[in-house]
Amino acid sequence: MENITNRPETPSSAASRRSFLRVAGAAAVTGGLLTACSKGDEAFVNPTGSARAAGTTVALPTGDAGVLAFAYVLEQLEAAFYEMVLAKPYPNMSSADMALWTDIRGHEIIHRALFKAAVGAGTAANVPDLTFNFSSIDFNNRADVIANAEAFEKTGVGAYNGAGKYIKDAGYLTLAGKIVSVETRHHSILRELQYPYSDAFAGPTIVTSDTGLHLAYEPTFVLPIAQKYILETLDASALVKSLA
Amino acid sequence: MNLQNLFSEIEKVDGEIFDRLAHVSRRGLFSSLTKKTIAAAAPAIMASALTKSYGQSSSLPQGVKDVLNFALALEYLEFNFYNYGRNLSMIPVNYRPAFELIRQHEEVHVRLLKTVLGADAIPMPKFDFSAKGTFTDTFTNFATFSAIAQTFEDTGVRAYKGQAGNLQAAPAILQVALQIHATEAAHAANVRYMRGQKGWITGGTAALQGLPSVVDASYKGEENTVQAGVDLAAALAGDSRITPAMVMQAFDEPLDKPTILGIVAPFFA
Repeated sequence: MENITNRPETPSSAASRRSFLRVAGAAAVTGGLLTACSKGDEAFVNPTGSARAAGTTVALPTGDAGVLAFAYVLEQLEAAFYEMVLAKPYPNMSSADMALWTDIRGHEIIHRALFKAAVGAGTAANVPDLTFNFSSIDFNNRADVIANAEAFEKTGVGAYNGAGKYIKDAGYLTLAGKIVSVETRHHSILRELQYPYSDAFAGPTIVTSDTGLHLAYEPTFVLPIAQKYILETLDASALVKSLA
Repeated sequence: MNLQNLFSEIEKVDGEIFDRLAHVSRRGLFSSLTKKTIAAAAPAIMASALTKSYGQSSSLPQGVKDVLNFALALEYLEFNFYNYGRNLSMIPVNYRPAFELIRQHEEVHVRLLKTVLGADAIPMPKFDFSAKGTFTDTFTNFATFSAIAQTFEDTGVRAYKGQAGNLQAAPAILQVALQIHATEAAHAANVRYMRGQKGWITGGTAALQGLPSVVDASYKGEENTVQAGVDLAAALAGDSRITPAMVMQAFDEPLDKPTILGIVAPFFA
């Protein structure tokens, strides 16, 4: 086979991969329960499997509005993360790093504003300004910030790539397409920062070697990952059902 | 068949295409594929997607086939470009892993699209990487090579994006196209970065990307700040963290097929 090299994942990203798998498994179980469950108040996605502190449940709408609401959740998450990165910059943040984070933060704020302003009153009404908990991230540690940024971007790229086929409206599909390639650009640059002068920006853990395909994640895979950072409880049961 | 259609479309924007094609052996051009064994290893994902959706490629809707052949033409172009540049000493050692990976991706994209299209796949055209004399040192000067690479990748992103709506009838294929689209975007950002550019596109001219104006058409429209009817630059004007340039960067704009064909026509021999 081709001699492709790719840097091993860092311990922290390997750990997050393990927890991805764990929540994915939990989500699969939860999904099964959701199907069997008819009461709305029990039908929420609670990926950790543990009871959350009392909080608002955010029900995502169905169909295109639901997919857009799903995207809006992810953009809120990303924007909030980068706002944190620059609210408390890690020690000795270089001017190049500062410029990079400022650009990416700007893009995510803009994406968030687009979904809030333009994508139907129904979506914004269904998804309020979410509250986030980034306590698992060490914002004083450059490597940890980059690793988490890379993970958020990877999730975002996979989410858009996996959700595109569910969008009925061609205009919305194009809009999602305009955004996903920018998320991919972010991801590519972050990988280059982690592993300079290598093929890590699109190596085999990111792009399949035999077909050249970038990541694609189903919404049921992505939601539990996002949920870990969101205090409100996301209820995607109706959305998921509407996509089936 | 499809190749004819494709070149008819190129002809609309490049009247000389058939003259230039006359230099290519008709037999070589149109029957080369039938003489070769099509890559045996059918990528499992596409095979299964096709079986589920259509049974076999011959029942793919014509509109989907057209998109896939359009994509194949672009992938042939990219693959041949990187394959010719492969191992040339002008590529700095630091950047060889990236270019080798990109070359491999374009190669498997070609194989994937040919597998899906089967007998409907267009054969590989011949290429002119001087773009009819515009570039005189494509494979001897890394600055030129990487500039063309950046343009191809940024243009490829726009080309796939412009076709997404035409694949909605085939959800499995739409997803694969989106995944290829993302791969091209990952390439684009990396090549831009190694050239000292931002990974994202600012504004609608080649000069803003550190490129000669001859490739302006690849960037025209990227200055757009209006999305879904909202002028986001205006809407966020009060936010000191946001600049109009960021609004341009935050969205990659699609290009339609005739525009893309006009851009790549000079590279077809």
